Amino acid sequence: MKQKTLFVSTRKGLFAVERESSGWRVASHHFHGEPVTQFLGDPRDGAQGAWYAALRMGHFGVKLRKSTDRGATWNEIASPALPEKPKTGIWADDTTPWSVDMVWAFALAGSQAGELWAGTMPAAMFRSIDGGASWQLCESLWLNEKRLGWFGGGNDHPGLHSIVVDPRDPKHVTIAISCGGVWTTHDDGANWSLIGAGMHAPFMPEPEQFNPNTQDAHSLSLCAVAPDTMWVQHHQGCYRSTDSGENFKRLNAPTPADFGFPIIADPNNPQRAWVVPARADKYRYATDGAMHVARTDDGGNTWQVFRNGLPQTHAYDLVYRHGLAITNDGKTLAMGSTTGGLWISEDAGESWSAVDARLPPVAAVCFA
Amino acid sequence: MPHIQVDFAAHLQRHVPCPKQTVSATNLRDALDAALLAAPALRHYVFDEQHHIRKHVAVFINQTLVRDRIQLNVTLNEGDSIHVIQALSGG
Repeated sequence: MKQKTLFVSTRKGLFAVERESSGWRVASHHFHGEPVTQFLGDPRDGAQGAWYAALRMGHFGVKLRKSTDRGATWNEIASPALPEKPKTGIWADDTTPWSVDMVWAFALAGSQAGELWAGTMPAAMFRSIDGGASWQLCESLWLNEKRLGWFGGGNDHPGLHSIVVDPRDPKHVTIAISCGGVWTTHDDGANWSLIGAGMHAPFMPEPEQFNPNTQDAHSLSLCAVAPDTMWVQHHQGCYRSTDSGENFKRLNAPTPADFGFPIIADPNNPQRAWVVPARADKYRYATDGAMHVARTDDGGNTWQVFRNGLPQTHAYDLVYRHGLAITNDGKTLAMGSTTGGLWISEDAGESWSAVDARLPPVAAVCFA
Repeated sequence: MPHIQVDFAAHLQRHVPCPKQTVSATNLRDALDAALLAAPALRHYVFDEQHHIRKHVAVFINQTLVRDRIQLNVTLNEGDSIHVIQALSGG
């Protein structure tokens, strides 16, 4: 199914943006006023596909909505929920709340319509096999004692933000947690292993700096045609793996800032990826207030920086980890920022056009 | 058993309708549980997974805000009214 719509999840609703002859325009707005943290389209589900939106209601918690008629109507479905916290044993003193605060990641699971993954804050992984009518917690991850070593990065608690599914074997799934490293399952979530050797957190105390269990991978992306190739934008630096995330190698810095949140793999070229550099750590906006995107075409040895069409003066936008997306053909990218900027590139990131809108802060962009 | 009036704010009913009702209960948790039988889908808007009142939901008994979100064992008296509203939060 051709990906013809861009979905923009924002602080005040979900926007569908479509290509018209004159350019990209906002076509519809859903959930007016409600914070939307993530969107997923499942083209396998029904004649028109299914859309899923994760709401983070300020007062009433996480709610999921599903549409099977391309947004004409939405129905509430089950939300991932954590079990009752034990009153005895090691988990009784767990300082992480046993309550889902946000759905931070979605992915299509398995090969059948309605098979889904959801990642949450606090960091937990959930599976649905019935199109979100129910969700099952991956208990072996939630009850892994290594979880007690995780902590929040810029948030109060650790969060699971990245889920990549191996197109050769959908039972093989890899996730990233801030700050809880990179984990993988080869049996559809029954068992999980901590991987991600080679990442380095110089901000941690000395003995912990190379501990895979506390690395702050800001985002993780997989190359669809060469799924052993994975990219990480880390809190400090960019990394690439060619063995399905078991080991990562630090890449040359895209810019001197060497910080940012999103990284996107080219689905069709394992040598190519994009990042949105930002100035660390207390600033967290584009260096000198000038927006730019960096792309490598050689596996992270060298990077080109592109600015054409992006604001170059007094731009204090930050692009969150889900704020950069790409179409399956690897040609069209979208980028949304914390100050509501939305830009689209139809030439692999080399030039950008702003969508004519002053949007709420953008949490995530996604083509479907 | 005391008769207690329970109503949920319009902002909640925008998502799940639940008319004002009278239930029989001796404490706050029992009264809320009884009222939510009329609209089970509303339960997870009011309570989190640990059965605590969500932090941005406010519960009043008559004109008094209930500070406790966990025990909910306040004793109720005949004719008390419970109001469940959204607490204020930022833009």
